[in-house]
Amino acid sequence: MTRKLLAVAFALIPMVTVIACGGGEAPPAEAPAESAAAAPADEMIDPATIADAGGITGSVQFAGGDPEVQVVQMAADPYCLSEHAGDVELQRVLVNENGTLAQIFVYVKEGLEGKTFPVPSEPARLDQQGCMYHPHVIGVQTGQTLIISNSDDTLHNVNAQPSNNPPFNIGQPMAGMEAEYTFDNAEIMIPVRCDVHPWMSAFIGVVANPYFTITDSEGNFSLDRLPPGDYVLEAWSEGLGTQTINVTVAPNETAEATFAFGS
Amino acid sequence: MHRFAMLTAAATFFLVIAGGLVTSTGSGLAVPDWPLSYGQFFPPMVGGIFFEHGHRMVAGAVGLLTFALATWLWFGDNRRWVRMMGIGAVAAVLAQAALGGITVLFLLPTPISVGHAGLAMAFFALVSSIAVVTGPGWLRIDAPGPSVAPQPTPMMSHTPERTRQDRPTLARDNQGRPTLPRAALIAAVAVYVQILLGATVRHTGSGLACPDFPLCNGQLFPALSSAGIGFQLLHRVGALVVAALVMWVAWRVRNELHDIAELQGPALVAVCLLVLQVLLGALTVWTALAVTPTTTHVATGALLLVTMVVLTLRLHHRYPASRLNARSESKQ
Repeated sequence: MTRKLLAVAFALIPMVTVIACGGGEAPPAEAPAESAAAAPADEMIDPATIADAGGITGSVQFAGGDPEVQVVQMAADPYCLSEHAGDVELQRVLVNENGTLAQIFVYVKEGLEGKTFPVPSEPARLDQQGCMYHPHVIGVQTGQTLIISNSDDTLHNVNAQPSNNPPFNIGQPMAGMEAEYTFDNAEIMIPVRCDVHPWMSAFIGVVANPYFTITDSEGNFSLDRLPPGDYVLEAWSEGLGTQTINVTVAPNETAEATFAFGS
Repeated sequence: MHRFAMLTAAATFFLVIAGGLVTSTGSGLAVPDWPLSYGQFFPPMVGGIFFEHGHRMVAGAVGLLTFALATWLWFGDNRRWVRMMGIGAVAAVLAQAALGGITVLFLLPTPISVGHAGLAMAFFALVSSIAVVTGPGWLRIDAPGPSVAPQPTPMMSHTPERTRQDRPTLARDNQGRPTLPRAALIAAVAVYVQILLGATVRHTGSGLACPDFPLCNGQLFPALSSAGIGFQLLHRVGALVVAALVMWVAWRVRNELHDIAELQGPALVAVCLLVLQVLLGALTVWTALAVTPTTTHVATGALLLVTMVVLTLRLHHRYPASRLNARSESKQ
């Protein structure tokens, strides 16, 4: 009996490990609910041709204390180190001088169901420069091309980990390399990172409509050429989560919306 | 040959540390392609590539050592089962390389990553076992023959087989307990299962599902609100089970076989590693998965497994026939 036990110990246990664990993880979702909801009766709307289009402008305020600052030392790669004069500060919550928040992704979350929009022909661009992603937060419409490029004279991997779209991990070992991706399903947000340089991260917001933007250095945002209607607007912050507010857009008018994040 | 097997085992331990560092530093996908790295044999060793490609290079060296060891065993050892251990090691190292490649190409699926860790530990134990059975201590005992107890393992099939009726059972002693060789085997398997649980915690990102230790979220029995907490608790309960089993075996070795010196060493080392391992597990949580304690936790787990495997092998090899027979008789 013992003889048999010992004999199988080395041979079977690793195999059992793999086999037993084999069914544990579901494959990446290929066709989630968002796209399934957009079915036959969808109305195609071109924002450029909406006669009575309105808009939403607003800002994202911040009432918290001093946000956490992460100081990055890029000594792991001499090239990255040479691209920056000193230490690099990373902030998941980026507070502007006027106390508002930058890098907040704002988009229309609800209110456009049953409507589809032309996919922009202009691609969005995510670049790796100075061993940082530029921009750190980016938005694309479903189906829109995203070009990921490397401007650095060092190698990066681009490791995207969506939960609602197929994941990918590619290498861009040389400056000037580009790769094109499209995302078929809406997703807030897709984290992207470089495992060679662990401080590098970016977030891609994929929205099924063209009404998304990112707050500027004054904390402001603007969404133009919206059809009149009632909307749920969401603001996403890397460090502070999300907030939603209801906004009504009247014909030919611009509504105001203000988000206020605490710490 | 024994020294070469020891060298291979030492290199494998270094490989386990290198592999542990890949996960601890989050560098598992720093090289997105396989078997080449960024289409090259030697990419610049910057950032996370240092860990991932470094792991591949050490693995390549261990692979070559394993091929050489298996070849040496094949032509240099007349025990068939030892030669088969060499073949098994080659098969394992090839399967391990394949699992490593698959886990990179499929973006670290949990079952494959856990399997990669599990096979790594089994391979380390196998190579260490080869070092044990080719060692002078093992061969010296084998030479005279009769002082060796029954042939309870396949490893001993090179000596004449006894009939099933003649062979004393190793299952239980006269007090109804498992005999020491059996107890050590149970403890070694428990350590291995605990390692698999640890690998599951690691590769499901559950290392901080309980951010505190020894409590979990301030509770002794927390709500199982996530799979991560479940894995954490299983790993912690597993530690208790393993601790009890290892202490039990070590205590019995000290009391029942105190006259066999080569068993006392591994038993003592196992207890020391056990204490260290529990402390490292706590440190891993307390430091929020800092690279050094986390990787050392992996490495110490590997050493504990190998120590228990060595002890198990030696117990099966050295368990006194007279003792077993006497017990059998006293039972009658």
